[in-house]
Amino acid sequence: MLRFVFYRLALLIPTFIGVSIVSFAFIRLLPGDPIMLLAGERGISQDRYAELQALYGFDQPLVVQYFNYLLGLLQGDLGTSIVTKRPVLQEFLTLFPATLELSFCAILLAIVIGIPVGVLAAVKRGTWLDQTVMGTALVGYSMPIFWWGLLLIILFSGILGWTPVSGRISLMYFFPPVTGFMLIDSLLSGQAGAFRSAVSHLILPSIVLATIPLAVIARQTRSAMLEVLGEDYVRTARSKGLSPARVIGLHALRNALIPVITTIGLQVGVLMAGAILTETIFSWPGIGKWMVDSVFKRDYAVVQGGLLLIAGIIMIVNLIVDVLYGLINPRIRH
Amino acid sequence: MKRFSFAAALLAATVLSGAASAKTLVYCSEGSPEGFDPALYTAGTTFDASSKPVYNRLVQFEPGTTNTVPGLAESWEISDDGLEITFHLREGVKFHSTDFFTPSRDFNADDVIFSFERQLKEDHPYHAYVEGASWEYFNAMSMPDLLTSIEKIDDHTVKFVLSRPEAPMIANLAMDFASIFSKEYADQLAESGSMSDLNQKPIGTGPFQFVAYQPDAVIRYQANPDYWNGKQPIDDLVFAITTENSVRQQKLLAGECHIMPYPNPADIESLKANDALKVDEQEGLNVGYLAYNTQQEPFDNPKVRKALNMAINKDAILDAVFQGAGQAAKNPIPPTMWSYDEEIEDDPYDPDAAKAMLEEEGVTDLSMKVWAMPVQRPYNPNARRMAELIQEDFSKVGVDVEIVSYEWGEYLERSKAVDRDGAVLLGWTGDNGDPDNFLAVLLGCDAVAGSNRAQWCNEEFDALVQKAKTLPTQEERAELYKEAQVVFKREAPWATIAHSVVHMPMRKEVTGYKMDPLGGHHFEGVDLAE
Repeated sequence: MLRFVFYRLALLIPTFIGVSIVSFAFIRLLPGDPIMLLAGERGISQDRYAELQALYGFDQPLVVQYFNYLLGLLQGDLGTSIVTKRPVLQEFLTLFPATLELSFCAILLAIVIGIPVGVLAAVKRGTWLDQTVMGTALVGYSMPIFWWGLLLIILFSGILGWTPVSGRISLMYFFPPVTGFMLIDSLLSGQAGAFRSAVSHLILPSIVLATIPLAVIARQTRSAMLEVLGEDYVRTARSKGLSPARVIGLHALRNALIPVITTIGLQVGVLMAGAILTETIFSWPGIGKWMVDSVFKRDYAVVQGGLLLIAGIIMIVNLIVDVLYGLINPRIRH
Repeated sequence: MKRFSFAAALLAATVLSGAASAKTLVYCSEGSPEGFDPALYTAGTTFDASSKPVYNRLVQFEPGTTNTVPGLAESWEISDDGLEITFHLREGVKFHSTDFFTPSRDFNADDVIFSFERQLKEDHPYHAYVEGASWEYFNAMSMPDLLTSIEKIDDHTVKFVLSRPEAPMIANLAMDFASIFSKEYADQLAESGSMSDLNQKPIGTGPFQFVAYQPDAVIRYQANPDYWNGKQPIDDLVFAITTENSVRQQKLLAGECHIMPYPNPADIESLKANDALKVDEQEGLNVGYLAYNTQQEPFDNPKVRKALNMAINKDAILDAVFQGAGQAAKNPIPPTMWSYDEEIEDDPYDPDAAKAMLEEEGVTDLSMKVWAMPVQRPYNPNARRMAELIQEDFSKVGVDVEIVSYEWGEYLERSKAVDRDGAVLLGWTGDNGDPDNFLAVLLGCDAVAGSNRAQWCNEEFDALVQKAKTLPTQEERAELYKEAQVVFKREAPWATIAHSVVHMPMRKEVTGYKMDPLGGHHFEGVDLAE
């Protein structure tokens, strides 16, 4: 097992180098020059342009710029934003807890609803229940997130007035960010109603962000369950007279979960992509919105640093999933 | 996230303990500020969060106009040769007193000198206090060439020495980059090794003082109790950062904020119809235009340009592109700007006459390019659509149009070329409310191959604009600018298309909000009716 983990860790190094090259190259391949964009209609003189190029280090050959970037990375320096003039890592750390909190709630929602629904659909295969669940899942899977988010806001916040429109907590609450996680900070603040407000702000964005993973998990659970339910040992368990709940919950589900866990692991990437739109709609101060703004402004340091950090997180989550998978399913280790 | 303070906690506690008197105005702003030092940046969103609430300038714009009035300087004199401007500073002005800074002295000449020298002098300790500090507006307004020195006469008198007479200088000093910082605060930060806080925790003399900022979420201010122009009627000012315009609108409707900028044009009618809301409107300080290349045939002939202008159906453009949030432009400067010539008559929309005029000039079978910008701007929300409408209009007078576009940076660069092929859609948003900022920058001979996209150098026009720059009074200057507008209309280097109309929806209880023709958002003097 240790060898397996070690092997997986070693694989991270070339992947990481690859990601660093792609993230560095990606934003530079887009047409558009950050200095020209900063100058806008106002324009900029040749001399001033050259001065700014030198100031940001853009006058050097790309290879040199890349190695400088790599050298910085090795020292834990992701560079400084051209726009805000603040270190990229510092900005990331400020904003990341918001994304993490939202993603965590979303994936939790997707698992808590997705797995039971998938199991139910498998058990009641072919019935109207199965067809409704799978039909809804297909709709959820193909849902345009942006439109879906706005629709929910207009309905639940605008017309019904049940949930707040956007943000992380009501503006009347104001306390020091200790952990950056609003649910925890609102409890720590000791202010009456703060936690409740934080939860109410999380509901709609979590639902929106959970929509696609929920659909995927439900479908995956259903198909894995169907496969397992046809296995000999399930029939044996049934013939032994075990209660249906025990057969499904203990014997079938445990084995069906193996591919579902992989699927859940893969949803982390989907969550990060979904977070970009979800955060934009709900004015959620996380890294998704931060990245989008930076791409528009061609803020090279933020885009390449942000991509690298996000890729790093996805890689680590995948590694954890692989290891977990190895624990559950010993066959994979060989 | 570290920018939390004990005082802020106390403030929040008082708000929460139900202090009924505390009035909080919530502004749903459209984006995060890049920082809080306005001189480092050029974006309006940043100015709204920094220079407008927190700082003052020597000279300020009278609310709701582009006229300059005294700010931190009570008065000023300009020497006869126009090379020296002496400012007499207001006495007894206090800098903000917060938990991170307590001023030991009032505002004085040292603060003025600090605020400009940090931008001017490369060896100034604050010239490069954050990585990539570039003082863009200071440079863009030619300050390094213009400012020879800034001298302290006494604690409350400062003299600006210029390298040439420049009438728009006073308006320049009312711009955001000219905000006055506390030298004492800067010195303290330098001593404690935290100079970059100057851009994160601002201290100024303005109506509101900074309390806390959570990136992409909230900015909090409280009324400055010692404000020289009187304490504000509201106690707290909160910016709830909401980038999506339809979401801002939902927040306004739900009462989560009191006022919002940049509504979706299609929603304005329904906002106006809402009983809880009112919608203020004003022409933006901008112009959208189509610039011919006046150095190329047949566009070197004013009659050809005039004929093409007559072929453009502006009303159709206002409907389709601006969806009502625009006004037809007849002059190169917007109507809210002083010296705007009301008497000029716009070219009539008359395709038949246009066609006849083109034939008279021997122009048949003309085919040309029209450049469409790839981005949305206030003066042109959809350049592609505008170009298509112009294409259709021109085809009616027998002119064949090919629409071209480039990536924005590339577009701006390529459109500067003197040998550029085709007419360019572009526009301009004013910086300082001075007509020179439109007429000289966009149409002056010096700007050919630069921001003068028409590549138009007309001696008569240029002489008027250059002369106006050296005259001391606004009245004298306005006369010359009006003459220049007549020349412009006669020569028609552009088709002037539209000025945007800016809408500001707010809840009915908001009182005293004045729209700024320069596009900023100010909350000085704003109150909430009970």
